[in-house]
Amino acid sequence: MIGVISYLVFFATVASILSIAVLGLNLQWGNTGLFNGGVVAFFGAGAYGTLILGGTPQAGQLGGFGLPYLLALLGGMICAGIVAWIVGLLTIRLRHDYLAIATFGVAVAFETVMRNTDALGGAQGIRGFERPLRETLGNGFTYNLAFFVFVLILLIATYLFLERLIQSPFGRLLRAIREDETAAQSLGKSPSRIRLTSFVAGSVIMGLAGGLYATFYAFISPQDVLPILTFQIWAMLIVGGAGNNKGAVMGTFLIWAAWTASGWALSRFAPLEVQLYTGSIQFVLIGFVIVGMLLWRPQGLFPEKLVVSQSARSKK
Amino acid sequence: MIQNLVDGVLVGSILSLGAIGLTMAMHMLRFANFSHAELLSIGAYAALVFDGLFGAIHPALAEAIPPLSLTWSLTLALLLSMALTGLSAVAVDKLVFKRVRAKGGELSMVFASFGVAMIIRNILGLIFGLNPKLYSQDIVFAIVVSRDPFLLIKPDQVFTLVAALLIMFILHLVLSRTTFGYSLRAVAENPTLAQVSGINLSRMIVLIWLIGGGLAAAAGVFYGLTNQISPVLGRDLVLPIFAATIVGGIGSIYGAVLGGFIVGLASNLALVILPSGYSPAVPFLIILAVLILRPHGLFGEERT
Repeated sequence: MIGVISYLVFFATVASILSIAVLGLNLQWGNTGLFNGGVVAFFGAGAYGTLILGGTPQAGQLGGFGLPYLLALLGGMICAGIVAWIVGLLTIRLRHDYLAIATFGVAVAFETVMRNTDALGGAQGIRGFERPLRETLGNGFTYNLAFFVFVLILLIATYLFLERLIQSPFGRLLRAIREDETAAQSLGKSPSRIRLTSFVAGSVIMGLAGGLYATFYAFISPQDVLPILTFQIWAMLIVGGAGNNKGAVMGTFLIWAAWTASGWALSRFAPLEVQLYTGSIQFVLIGFVIVGMLLWRPQGLFPEKLVVSQSARSKK
Repeated sequence: MIQNLVDGVLVGSILSLGAIGLTMAMHMLRFANFSHAELLSIGAYAALVFDGLFGAIHPALAEAIPPLSLTWSLTLALLLSMALTGLSAVAVDKLVFKRVRAKGGELSMVFASFGVAMIIRNILGLIFGLNPKLYSQDIVFAIVVSRDPFLLIKPDQVFTLVAALLIMFILHLVLSRTTFGYSLRAVAENPTLAQVSGINLSRMIVLIWLIGGGLAAAAGVFYGLTNQISPVLGRDLVLPIFAATIVGGIGSIYGAVLGGFIVGLASNLALVILPSGYSPAVPFLIILAVLILRPHGLFGEERT
């Protein structure tokens, strides 16, 4: 029984961390219409940033600054923001393909640099991270439960922040730019500046998710920032419903459950010679999920609720 | 240094072939097609299957043409594979892209292309296995062209370069001398006006996929001939090919040719100063440099 519960806590922790990343993507894609092809780069920048700033010193590695945990987490988010700002500044004015290609490129470059630079952990990744409050809470179930509560609080905070944001004038502006950029510009708004703000904000949220992920495993390696994570995060948003924060969270839990269940089923029931191809089979499935959703239900399971205008709503 | 230059030109010709089709589709349909590089994989594996088939039908076909490791059967297989890959590009468009296009949303197309890339890449892995394959098990020794500076070239590489240039030259003739070439440029320039002038837009889209797929297949076979064939071939080449289209300016066919060579050369020259592990990141640096210096590429036009 305790095994089942502790597994559920483990599952819910990872799903909640991923939900935060999906919420960040929803701000960029769902609300602003920005295509981010390299979610892992921002997720990874947050993860590496947190571990480097908050870790204990390791021979031959950058970092080990041993900052207090919350400061390290914040630093990781800032790292993700800086990467996003540079990429955004160069591409956000150009036609949308450029942002898609450049973000995809930054993810490839990020993984390559992390894999090859020994000072940043190299292929072995970064360890040497002291999990916060480990001495008080121990290493067992209590710790995992406490960490889950911590992640859950951050997830709720992110959710409430984004809900407030999209209902604010700024949120209306984002949707206005998404729907008709020229019209927004004619009202004296600056679409490229607003889009850059939204892109950086979304990436900072992904950085938070990355920082939490690295804290949870107390370890990060290039293996954790492979392009497949970008696919998974998108599939979660598309299935849930782009533009709807509730849908984004539901989609995350659904897809992550399907992913882990299919991985478990394949390893449990598939013949041994098939098991080598477990990854390939799962990738094909997630590819079909993305394409199928776009073909048959592009608005997702929980579509965005479109408000025509404030005055139209109040008349009802 | 000289070796890097020569290798860069050889890789560049392969990237150019891939980039031509990509830039045409991107210009016409206005979306970044992340599944284009998978067409190279389809082409490479299709040729592998046809090659085996021809070799089995007539053993004489499986003889290598000295000094190459290329066989007659692979030459025939290349042509068949170009046709088949072109057709599969059309099929993917019919099954997925056309329907997503009809629902509107250019960005949904980008999503769809990622999904398609995922499906193609992993199905190829499931069918042919994850281990790399080769067209020929014979070892073809590189020829030492000069000892100082040291320069090694494989006969297959020379063949690849010549064949790629020949294919590009034929394409140039088609584009500049035929009604089809004029129609293609007209559609790229102004789709609505082109349709008013009696050009069938949907037929042009089919033709673009056929040509793009055929060129990609040739690039895939040439890559397989000079390196190896593996299911991750598309994953490794997607960024360099995108970089080539951005360097040339999205929509410019001649730009894509030049861009391919520039990216090939730059990636190989970068190995002089960088450890080879970093080379996958080089195309991204090229993209950044182009975006800073000349955002619309060498031959691109400003268009939103």
